[in-house]
Amino acid sequence: MHLDDLTGVSREEARRWRRVALVLILIAGLGGPGQTVDAAQPAEQSVPDGFVPMDDVPAEEQLPAAPLLAAAYIVVWVLAIGYLWTIWRRLGSVEKELAEALRRVGETDGA
Amino acid sequence: MRRFLQVTWLVVRKDLRVESRNKEMLLTTLFFAVSCVLVFSFGFVRGGEAIEGSASGVLWITIAFSGTLALGRAFERERHHDALRGLLMAPVDRPAIYVGKLVGVLLLLAVVEALVVVMVAFLFQAPLFRHGWWLLTLLSLGTIGFASVGTLFSAMLLRTRSRAVLLPVLLYPVTIPVLIMGVSGTFALVQPEPDLVLARVWVSLLFFFDIVFVTLALWTFEPVMTE
Amino acid sequence: MNRRLFPWLIGLSLVFFVVAPILIVRAPLEQEMGLIQKIFYFHFSAWMAMYLGICILGISSALFLFRRKPAADRLAVSAAEAAIVFGLMGLITGPIWAVKSWGVWWNWDARTTIALILELILVAYLILRTYGGPGSDRLAAGLGMFAMANLPFLYVSTNIWRTIHPPTSVVPTLPVDFGIPLWWSFAGFIVLCLALLTARVRLEEQRATLDRLYLALEDE
Repeated sequence: MHLDDLTGVSREEARRWRRVALVLILIAGLGGPGQTVDAAQPAEQSVPDGFVPMDDVPAEEQLPAAPLLAAAYIVVWVLAIGYLWTIWRRLGSVEKELAEALRRVGETDGA
Repeated sequence: MRRFLQVTWLVVRKDLRVESRNKEMLLTTLFFAVSCVLVFSFGFVRGGEAIEGSASGVLWITIAFSGTLALGRAFERERHHDALRGLLMAPVDRPAIYVGKLVGVLLLLAVVEALVVVMVAFLFQAPLFRHGWWLLTLLSLGTIGFASVGTLFSAMLLRTRSRAVLLPVLLYPVTIPVLIMGVSGTFALVQPEPDLVLARVWVSLLFFFDIVFVTLALWTFEPVMTE
Repeated sequence: MNRRLFPWLIGLSLVFFVVAPILIVRAPLEQEMGLIQKIFYFHFSAWMAMYLGICILGISSALFLFRRKPAADRLAVSAAEAAIVFGLMGLITGPIWAVKSWGVWWNWDARTTIALILELILVAYLILRTYGGPGSDRLAAGLGMFAMANLPFLYVSTNIWRTIHPPTSVVPTLPVDFGIPLWWSFAGFIVLCLALLTARVRLEEQRATLDRLYLALEDE
């Protein structure tokens, strides 16, 4: 019953509000990080680390770097190639289905 | 603008009226929040003393959990008899409907939070009221941030099959910044030596989060909801 | 156009990736961290490729939501998947570096945490697309926009919350000997990202064609 009074919200009005919203987002985007960065500095420094630099640890305690490095690179390669392979496989099955569907379309057209 | 507010008020009033008749959402959410705090206290209280710093986490996680419960049912009444379609077909600004729903959720959560804060202060021996105004600011900004995203997602998921599972799955990752800001801000207030400067940083961050996400939600509500 | 672009992009990224280890091996050792620091060249580049993916996801989601361009939706889902893959690379190489130079696999360092949360959001995006049922493409577009809007907040909040990561400001001030392999592998990752995107978009296009064809078959 009340809703009847509320008909005809003008497009103009909606557009104006959208513009206001855009300006607000921009302000927040520019002002947000800027405002907090200077305040954030002391907090960052006050975080206690509790980690010893690895130089202070005796040599036999240290992990060998080269195998870790190689492992990291292999992970990158495996992930990239693996993902490409999944795309290729999915594409293959879709294309097979596509060819099948096209054949059926051809049949129904011919009949 | 007056029209917008009028529509918002109509939606809020409709929900309040329905709620005041059976109080289903209020009572179930309140009870859920209470049992949530209790479950946490069995996890985080050892030998009669709460683990240091656990209170702020328990407070915010309880709010997030009971908030999800409330959000999941925010549009529940609209699902029956195609009421949502009727609401969306009304010749009014769609964002006004969203704001109305959001205000309803916020009112409900305000009641829940009032209880949860007292419970956590009581059970975890946390000095939550030492800087009461700061806590109030943090809680209201945090709840607005959480509920603004949540109301939109809840509305979005209305037509999907597995909405009960999908809502938390989508909502928690997106609102993790709110959780970090809220928990850290509260912790800054309740630690033995309160750090008001840090609390102010978190409050201002929450404020910007709210501005961005409320506008974004208002913006996307219409295109997401049109069939 | 897509189809012609892909071989070029994948070939180019192969060149980048084959040459990159040579450049990286020849780059001088970093004083404090030693050999393990060389992970950085790939680690940093993987993150940049992930951020590129998320930005493409956000922008194309907005295009799809407000302009109703189906092509934008196909790009969005491809960008989300690519971002997940590059995010995984960063998330796996990160702890490998951390265990050597900090002594622990996982220490809730700010940037690693950001990456983990972004990865979660992206996975949530794919879950929504897979299990959301009809109409989930538009809902996912909304989520994609929220994911991009979240970037600055995640960045600032986790940085204040916790940080022992080498500061980002190190990157532009690196000496030339470090800089060349870094920007080389950076370029390689970006090209690889684009190559994966074109392949994935192609898959999505073929799926759309198939759907149209099935619809046409049903009509008859």
